[in-house]
Amino acid sequence: MYAVEYQQPTNLADAASILASTGGRALAGGQSLVAAMKLRLSQPGTLVDLSLIPDLKGIRRNGDRLVIGAMAKHAEVASSDVVKAALPALAGLAEGIGDRQVRNMGTIGGSLANNDPAADWPAAVLACNATIRTNQRAIGAGEFFKGMFETALAPDEIVTAVDFPVVQRAAYAKFPNPASRFALVGVFVAQMGDGSVRVAVTGAAPSVFRATAIEDALAKSFTPVAAKGVKVGADGLNSDLHGSAEYRAHLISVMASRAVVAIA
Amino acid sequence: MAVSLAMTVNGKPVNADVDPRTLLVEFLRNNLGLTGTHVGCDTAQCGACTVHVDGNAVKSCNVLAVQAQGANVLTIEGLIAEDGTMHPMQAAFRDCHGLQCGFCTPGMVMSAIDLVNRHPGADEATIRAELEGNLCRCTGYHNIVKAVRQAAAVMGK
Repeated sequence: MYAVEYQQPTNLADAASILASTGGRALAGGQSLVAAMKLRLSQPGTLVDLSLIPDLKGIRRNGDRLVIGAMAKHAEVASSDVVKAALPALAGLAEGIGDRQVRNMGTIGGSLANNDPAADWPAAVLACNATIRTNQRAIGAGEFFKGMFETALAPDEIVTAVDFPVVQRAAYAKFPNPASRFALVGVFVAQMGDGSVRVAVTGAAPSVFRATAIEDALAKSFTPVAAKGVKVGADGLNSDLHGSAEYRAHLISVMASRAVVAIA
Repeated sequence: MAVSLAMTVNGKPVNADVDPRTLLVEFLRNNLGLTGTHVGCDTAQCGACTVHVDGNAVKSCNVLAVQAQGANVLTIEGLIAEDGTMHPMQAAFRDCHGLQCGFCTPGMVMSAIDLVNRHPGADEATIRAELEGNLCRCTGYHNIVKAVRQAAAVMGK
């Protein structure tokens, strides 16, 4: 790992000003960032550890919204009674991330800011049309994910919370890479309060995206058969040693149908 | 610039100035001489470096020492009682021959204690699922699971 400076501010304003003045990077749980730094794939001059900032913590139900603090750990989300009551699919998704030790450190805010193409949280955020709250503004899910490891966040912008609508029903089905537990393909299906259906796919492309053809099919008939009947094109999908673009395209319909099975 | 670090390790207060890039496992092994915590893969996959930070199992090769600022850290060395009595999990690993080469054992034991604390009396399926972050290259999983089940029966009492 290259040499790095380290700061641990206790409030959001200080964290933002240190980020701005040093050009450093925010450190959440570090389960991706520390690993990337060890491999010298990432070389921040300063790490700004967010773990002591109280505003970023906690999980709460706010009427028809579920607000998860950016520094909530995956393990906390997975075991939260508030989450299980409001949006149990999120608890299930969190429980499937990495392994126990990773879930004890990794955070929802860190995962979203990193926007790994195979991470689980982006699928839930995009399918549920959640709002990403930062120290500067609120960003809709549709505008947040910009591309591989790329988001709408400015360099000194800090995710403070993720604000989910409590959707009618939802499920996440993941085909995990057996070694890393990252999604080879993961599909999150959400039926919104107004009855409309949103389907988001992670792991298959450079960034999370909505499978609109499957959304249309499920809007007509909310059944596993309808989801599985959609032929997804392989254009633009990832192809690597774990699976070809065609294989991933096939998995999208399969995992969508499994999510619908889990919901129904 | 060095960071002034204070934490509790195995019940004892520890103070040191560390380079911020020091990993928790490096701090435990190199600064404190606690070499029971192993570095296996060094990429947060194998779990040999598992320790508890404030009661939660984490992979100390993927955590900076400064991230454990003010925390209560427990390593394999902290399990044994002052009179030399082994922790029930350590005793169960010995009884059930839950180790072959022993390299993964410290991490297995620390993960197993965390899982039994959260799932008292855990069944086999739960144990296998919860240990997915710990790899045994001798593939001695059957006896490891047997050991955890035996300890789980004792620890709950």
